[in-house]
Amino acid sequence: MKRVFIPNRGEIAVRIVGACHALGLEAVVGASAVDMDGMAAHQADRVVCLGPAPAAESYLRADTVVQAALGTGCDAIHPGYGFLSESPQLARLARENELIFVGPPTEAIELAGDKLAARREAAQAGAPVLAGGEVATEAEGRALAAQIGYPLLVKAAGGGGGRGIKRVRNDEELGELIALARSEAAAAFGDARVYLERLIESARHIEVQIAADEHGSILHLGERDCSVQRRFQKVVEEATAPALPDATRDRLRESAVAVADRIGYRNLGTAEFIVDAAAGEPYFLEVNCRIQVEHPVTEAVTGLDLVAMQLQIADGLRLAVGQEDITFDGHAIECRLNAEDPAHGYRPTPGTLSLFAVPERSGLRVDTHCQPGATVPPFYDSLLAKLIGHAEDRDQATDILLDALEDLDVEGVETNRALLISVLDHPDFRGCRVTTDWLERLM
Amino acid sequence: MALTDDDVREILRIIDESDLDELRIETDGFSLHVTKGSAGGGAPSGAAQPSRAAPSGAPQPSRAAPQRAPQPAAASAPPADDGLVTIPSPMLGTFYRAESPGANPLVEVGSRIIPETTVCIIEVMKMMNSVPAGVTGTVAEVIADNAQLVEYGAPLFRVKPE
Repeated sequence: MKRVFIPNRGEIAVRIVGACHALGLEAVVGASAVDMDGMAAHQADRVVCLGPAPAAESYLRADTVVQAALGTGCDAIHPGYGFLSESPQLARLARENELIFVGPPTEAIELAGDKLAARREAAQAGAPVLAGGEVATEAEGRALAAQIGYPLLVKAAGGGGGRGIKRVRNDEELGELIALARSEAAAAFGDARVYLERLIESARHIEVQIAADEHGSILHLGERDCSVQRRFQKVVEEATAPALPDATRDRLRESAVAVADRIGYRNLGTAEFIVDAAAGEPYFLEVNCRIQVEHPVTEAVTGLDLVAMQLQIADGLRLAVGQEDITFDGHAIECRLNAEDPAHGYRPTPGTLSLFAVPERSGLRVDTHCQPGATVPPFYDSLLAKLIGHAEDRDQATDILLDALEDLDVEGVETNRALLISVLDHPDFRGCRVTTDWLERLM
Repeated sequence: MALTDDDVREILRIIDESDLDELRIETDGFSLHVTKGSAGGGAPSGAAQPSRAAPSGAPQPSRAAPQRAPQPAAASAPPADDGLVTIPSPMLGTFYRAESPGANPLVEVGSRIIPETTVCIIEVMKMMNSVPAGVTGTVAEVIADNAQLVEYGAPLFRVKPE
């Protein structure tokens, strides 16, 4: 591997360019017309314009991305997160054209995209899954619901990441919601299959980072707690998961490795679980086939560079560490600073940053693509920066972030800074009493 | 499979009245991709298209392009000091001056062109897209190199407009 194509933007494109340079690789960024002057474009060895601003005409065009990678003499594509990062089409097209796709095998991406198949494979691997199964009719639904109990969820096999989920309270609602979910799933995902799943009313979201090389070695890099969510979007994440019984932690980590092994997973990935906050029982949710936004908290506690690992694994190198070498040093917390307007329901607020200055602190890492004068275009997600605090313990990590958020200077666009401060400083967060419905109740 | 203008209008009407945000159909030799609203749409890459000038309001279908069909006319830049206008590339791809290897270039310096004249071919993963001039005039300069990668928006030709 010599030259890597990065069809992405924002802080993750900056992050990948940096990892490439650290490994002595050239980085070519594929940007949309409005991102040609962005930080990633400036730091890359070369930038090419993929298309106009709307993602559907630039970042989401697999054919254009592969053409651009080939035309700029790249031998690999790192898709980042979002956009085409979990697209089997891009992975296949890249590999058909003898490019290294920095990600898992195409078949693993396809399997992980089918939530019903992933659930089945997870169960086969011995991972705990919630009671449930595929249903096509009201009669099938009622029979299964009688075993699961209400309330329950109807989920789309083609969904994932919080999309395509409906909550059902009783038999009366069930038939109608199955029919509705099937027609919506067919329209949204091109796959009408739906399944029922037991609903855990009070749950934590905990995910396990996996790393697997091409030579049969599979490791976990510990877990992250991402329970502070709003509308299924993570807001604050931390590693390792606090206040988790040892037996639960072990079960999560072992299950994640077993599922990855079972589905032939390679490269870095994440197995997502929910943990019943009351009973402490974990249940497999899905596998994510990309580098995650929250990867820096795992990097902080393990001391590993996860993006470099992705590139090295894709290049055929063996994992340089074994499971016994993975240790967890202190505690790390990440919060996502978004361009959002608190006065209008935290809707994204594009604009131009007249001022953007992040403080420097011991134990603070800031991943960002922002600088004074940078524009926040209306076409993409609203993430401005990730602030990561790493310290000996959770309270100190929290204090680093609170201190940094107080001293942050951002002008030109509204942000969710005040919300982040109120989350981090809340007794429930300090006391590890946060579940996935907590933030919406707080707001 | 050839589409008439009426076919395209009918497809857009169906999409507009449905709950779909996006439609993608691909069969042998035919591909259709339509997106609605701002999430995936936006103005086409061409010059002052009606949809760009239209007031924002109800989501509009923004793109319906059978891929063999000509691309939207390139957005010619306003004349420079020397009075020439630039034809920019409507997409990233490989620039070809002729329809096929060995064939004559579609246009040369001195060729007279009208907006519908195909001035070059841009290949994106074996899909050949013909690029219309979008301007009336005489080709003054061929800027892009044959068989090389051109980016979206890259200058392809300079034209003395009429």
